[in-house]
Amino acid sequence: MSITWYLVLSAMLFALGAGGVLVRRNPLVVLLCLELMLNAANLALIAFSRMHGNGDGQIFAIIVMVVAACEVTVGLGLIVAMYRRRLPVDVDELRELHG
Amino acid sequence: MAEVFFFIAAFGALAGAIGVVFSTDNPFYSVLALVGHLLSLAGLFLLLRAEMLAAAQVVVYAGAVMVLYVFVVAYIGGEEPNMQPLGPTLRPVSYLFVGVVLVELFIAILGSGLTALDTEGAEFAFGFGTPDQIGELLLTKFLLAFELASILLLLAAVGAVVLARRRSGVGADEDGVVPTYSVIDMVRPEGTGTMRESATGLPDVLDAGSGEPLQVGAGVRQGSPSEDEERGW
Repeated sequence: MSITWYLVLSAMLFALGAGGVLVRRNPLVVLLCLELMLNAANLALIAFSRMHGNGDGQIFAIIVMVVAACEVTVGLGLIVAMYRRRLPVDVDELRELHG
Repeated sequence: MAEVFFFIAAFGALAGAIGVVFSTDNPFYSVLALVGHLLSLAGLFLLLRAEMLAAAQVVVYAGAVMVLYVFVVAYIGGEEPNMQPLGPTLRPVSYLFVGVVLVELFIAILGSGLTALDTEGAEFAFGFGTPDQIGELLLTKFLLAFELASILLLLAAVGAVVLARRRSGVGADEDGVVPTYSVIDMVRPEGTGTMRESATGLPDVLDAGSGEPLQVGAGVRQGSPSEDEERGW
């Protein structure tokens, strides 16, 4: 398989994730779609790493995974806090940042 | 043979992504679709000779992170508001945006000057993508990124606890009795400023002048319990 196939797949996954972030209104699903975009970028990074025969891209992908895990924990903490305060769990209703 | 595996895994990844974006009724199905997507991606990573990352993807991502999602969905779930789609004016705009992004990415890939894109990749040394090589790179060439990642993880863990914690500390139950959770609660000297004391009010020893318990932070609750307090806020 040539590397181009992996990049095309990565582009399609990224576009799907971006569409999900724009269209969906549940913040949980928006977080999941962010994961899709990060994973598409990871796939491209690892494909390039394979293309060069060099491990640096894989380190980059690992760091992206770490950042994604951090983003998930903080995002889920925010969602739980929103739910506890009886705010609507809907990104269209949440227009103000102050508590 | 690699072609067959690639198309199986690519189909799985695309189907999982579509499932995440288009499953409307319950976010639990979205999480399950994402697990399938991540497992397919781990297969693709194996095809790209990234063994260590494939293992990390399955164990950390599809395992640990998704379990966190499932817990939050179980906590929030059931009260999902009816998810009407966007208004008729905005929805075509978002589809148009997605189409533009896709076309732009395809132009970037097809118009690239990288001749190596049409190959199966360069020759690689023995041990490419093994934990051995990844660990060596992380601890030598990318040591700074490694340390920063650890700090970032610590910050995120503390931040998540701060965001989602119970604001009122250990609260009294319906009978007004604060439960005792451990032996230390009985032998600890008074006035040490624990969450338990902020729930019960400070002892009179500390505020001899005023006659009322000191107000310590937002944790001190007086009067009838509000609705917020019932939910631990």
